[in-house]
Amino acid sequence: MFATAYAIPDVLVFAGAALLIITGALGVIVMKNPVHSALSLILALLGVAVAFLAQNADFLAAVEIIVYAGAIVVLFLFVIMFLGVDKSNHPYVEPLVGQRWLAALGVLVTMSGIITLMASSHWVSGVLSSSTGGVALATGAGNVTQLGDSVFTTYLLSFEATSGLLIIAVVGAVLLARRERPADSDVDVDVDIDVDIDGTGRVGGGEVSEGEWWVVNERTSEEVES
Amino acid sequence: MTVPASWYLVLAAILFGIGAFGVLTRRSALIMFMCIELMLNAVNLTFVTFARTMSDIGGQTTVFFIMVVAAAEVTVGLGIVVAVFRRRASTSVDELSELQG
Repeated sequence: MFATAYAIPDVLVFAGAALLIITGALGVIVMKNPVHSALSLILALLGVAVAFLAQNADFLAAVEIIVYAGAIVVLFLFVIMFLGVDKSNHPYVEPLVGQRWLAALGVLVTMSGIITLMASSHWVSGVLSSSTGGVALATGAGNVTQLGDSVFTTYLLSFEATSGLLIIAVVGAVLLARRERPADSDVDVDVDIDVDIDGTGRVGGGEVSEGEWWVVNERTSEEVES
Repeated sequence: MTVPASWYLVLAAILFGIGAFGVLTRRSALIMFMCIELMLNAVNLTFVTFARTMSDIGGQTTVFFIMVVAAAEVTVGLGIVVAVFRRRASTSVDELSELQG
């Protein structure tokens, strides 16, 4: 399989993408500071986008950069900086003895298994598109047309389902990240009328100082149980 | 002739392995999420490679949906991290031991 001479530009593009991906991925798991990990993640995602471009997936390469490097990593960075950089999880301390070696062993076994399986499959041994009767993938705008046709005809139901998924995810994230208040507690019967009318999140007169509400909650639940 | 699919598949396998190692060894929930993103991207790379090999746009469509699901997953996951941090002031998964796991 390696006897064929490959076009030099293609090989160079692949080498560049591989370099970006592996450097970025190693950076994610090695860096001590979570911010540096997130920046390394951008590097790896850029490498993946280059690999997409090299394989006629132009639209997906653009989406990869916009959605992943643009939105998701920014969300990560936002949460990291919102919570404060947590340096208590030192990556070079190993609480469980031998865990790292066992993990490396398991990963190596899995990877070699995957590569062995791929090497013995017709998928990678040269049986290409002509035998499957497919239409060659277009590049550039043609690729966007093909993908759009596919999404809005064959996979229309899945596409509609993803909109529901996104709505559920947004509502769930808002519910999870919302600051709970004493007024929300089930055992506090006398504050049921405390509706957050103006949307400012301040109800119940603010008699509990910020950061101590859980103490109040625990006390009230104990009282109810006893 | 363009680069064979096997090169990209091996690259994807290596990326998946690095991500899996990170999930297994790092303890910060945020870093674990980033490693999960790495693994998802490895799978995406595999799908795109097979789409090219088999000349089937379905592989790329699948990657499109995987990206949507990954975005939803990150949103909810980071919401959980924020909620946990509010109670424990830490993102270490080792400290989440109320269920004695």
